[in-house]
Amino acid sequence: MKARKQVPAGYVLFIVWTVVVLIAEVMNVTIGRAMVISFHGLLLEMVVLVPCIFILIGLIDVWIPDQWIENHVGEDSGLRGAVLVILLAMFQGGPLYGAFPTAHLLRKKGCSLFNVFMYLGAFSALKAPMLLFEAGFLGWRFAIVRAGVALPVFTVIALIMARYSRGAGLRISDIDTNAGDSDKPSIVSAST
Amino acid sequence: MNRDIALIGITITIIMLSFLFDRRRTLKGVITGARMLYKLLPQFILLLIFVSTCLGVVPQETLAHLLGRQAGGPGVMIAALIGSVALIPGPIAYPLAAMLAEQGVSYTVLAVFVTSLMMVGVLTLPVEKEYLGTRIAIVRNLLSLIGAVFVGLIVGMII
Repeated sequence: MKARKQVPAGYVLFIVWTVVVLIAEVMNVTIGRAMVISFHGLLLEMVVLVPCIFILIGLIDVWIPDQWIENHVGEDSGLRGAVLVILLAMFQGGPLYGAFPTAHLLRKKGCSLFNVFMYLGAFSALKAPMLLFEAGFLGWRFAIVRAGVALPVFTVIALIMARYSRGAGLRISDIDTNAGDSDKPSIVSAST
Repeated sequence: MNRDIALIGITITIIMLSFLFDRRRTLKGVITGARMLYKLLPQFILLLIFVSTCLGVVPQETLAHLLGRQAGGPGVMIAALIGSVALIPGPIAYPLAAMLAEQGVSYTVLAVFVTSLMMVGVLTLPVEKEYLGTRIAIVRNLLSLIGAVFVGLIVGMII
């Protein structure tokens, strides 16, 4: 693996994007302004949400012992483990991209692959705040039926994903949270 | 917005509680979190650019128009496509869905739209692949897309 010292694509694109938007603004193109407005809205969300999520994850990392995760939602945790991760996911809020760091942390601490994917499934389909919204706008019947159908569907997806990841020798990426080797590329997407 | 304020409140409370119990451990936790955030910041910025560009180019009225026009097979496919690519927060997506329901869009199409919106994230792939690995992320999204269409069809049959 070669150590690359490149500027991340995100920053480069950000500069390019800013320039494009500025040019659009000067030339009075309305699309540019709409982009800036939605950028502002999302930026606010991200500036507030994302740091909170990461700080909470950091705290969970230091406070909850690996042994606890392994015992309760690890490989042999069975139905109880699955119910636990679903409950954990249900009582969280925010968009799905906020769940990936938590899923990653769970895996790092010894949660089974199946339960990691169950967590992601429940997070996207069964979040309690979302269900309240859904029921309010589309009716309880719709919300309950949709959630009820989604549960077995994402369970099957989690089963397939767990088997696929294991069978293909793939593993959840290592994002090292420790100091020291920060110059090395820390993401390993495929191994063996 | 309320949700955001709640999250800030919860975070600050937890940091203070944690600080009372163990000062050094709290510091270590916060630093760990900050370091992870720093490493993934480029991906989040990428996401931000993608999403705001798409939202800017395709306004909500256009989405509603696209979803509302077709019924049956094409409608389901359009709903799945839009749901997969769009990144609309729940508080905006549900009112939109309710509006479409009033206009007579079928529950099948709505369920496909809502479910794929939540389970599939094409725009969030740059973030997802950092955590799950590229192949796992792609397979998860593909399976979720199939799953979302399936959920929608069954919900449509039941309701």
